[in-house]
Amino acid sequence: MNATRSPLRLRHQLPLLAWLVLVWMLLWGTLSWANLLSGAAVALLVTLLLPLPHVVGGTRVRPLPLLAFLGHFVADLVVSGAQVAWLALRPGGRRLSAIVRVQLRTDSDLLLTMLAEALSLVPGSLVLDLDREERTITIHLLHVRDRAHVERERADVLVVEERLVRAFGSAQDVAALERGPVRPGPAVEGPAR
Amino acid sequence: MTAVVDVVAMACLLAGAFLCLTAGLGLVRFPDVLSRMHAGTKPQVLGVLLVMVGAAIRLEGWSNAWMLLLVAAFQLLTAPVSAHMISRVAYRRRHVRRDLLLVDEFDAPAPADRLYLGDEPGDAPPEDPAVAVAEHVVDEGPPAGAPRG
Repeated sequence: MNATRSPLRLRHQLPLLAWLVLVWMLLWGTLSWANLLSGAAVALLVTLLLPLPHVVGGTRVRPLPLLAFLGHFVADLVVSGAQVAWLALRPGGRRLSAIVRVQLRTDSDLLLTMLAEALSLVPGSLVLDLDREERTITIHLLHVRDRAHVERERADVLVVEERLVRAFGSAQDVAALERGPVRPGPAVEGPAR
Repeated sequence: MTAVVDVVAMACLLAGAFLCLTAGLGLVRFPDVLSRMHAGTKPQVLGVLLVMVGAAIRLEGWSNAWMLLLVAAFQLLTAPVSAHMISRVAYRRRHVRRDLLLVDEFDAPAPADRLYLGDEPGDAPPEDPAVAVAEHVVDEGPPAGAPRG
């Protein structure tokens, strides 16, 4: 809040301000100066009264991988919707589910958040837990047939991660993808329980 | 031309409504909370999106379309978050059908709630009610849900 940090704060708040103004204009549904100004006023008020920690870590958007990611995402959304709908409709039978922990490679708050959102909407998975330090994500799989199927789903998570990082990640994040999963830091003894 | 557009809009609306119906069915038919959350997110989000597309085609005028776009965006953003919160609580409260789990690799950072309060659903009994109840009786110190060492 002090004077030296305020420009930095403002720079980090700008995307949020722009987003709030956009939401305001979309809500009104018409493009006009009055809406723009009142939207800016409301956005400033909101960000001043309810300050949020800014998102750390630069991201960049690469258009082509972004298109690939969005295309796969929409396709996955349709497939998973249809799949779950079918599971809900089909006559009984014992179904197995699984809770799986996947070692991720990316190390960015924003990317992990986006990944968790995306994973919840693609076939079969629901995020239970995200361990920031260990970079593992725990997901619940609605329907698995056997162990091999579980492993396939696990590989799918990594594929989604890769698409997302290629679309939004910084150069470092992409490099981390190629290094493969490494557990950060020295192996710690299991936490005392 | 308008007839074709109308047919597309109707198809979207009907498919969306149908998907929302299957989401409701899934909520009733799936065996435990975690599975039910799948029904609450995927077909439901897709259904709402389709209804929005149908409505955007049918309601001419951009101001409506923008509003529908916002509804869709917030639906996509919020549905996974709420499902995640509910699933986490359900896991801690052991509303999980462990007999239907093929693999469980989730070692929660804090031990799952071991207190047997009797509100676990009939289809998801705690692992060992006797032990959990006995523990509860023995140490009455820590409040419910506090992690035990």
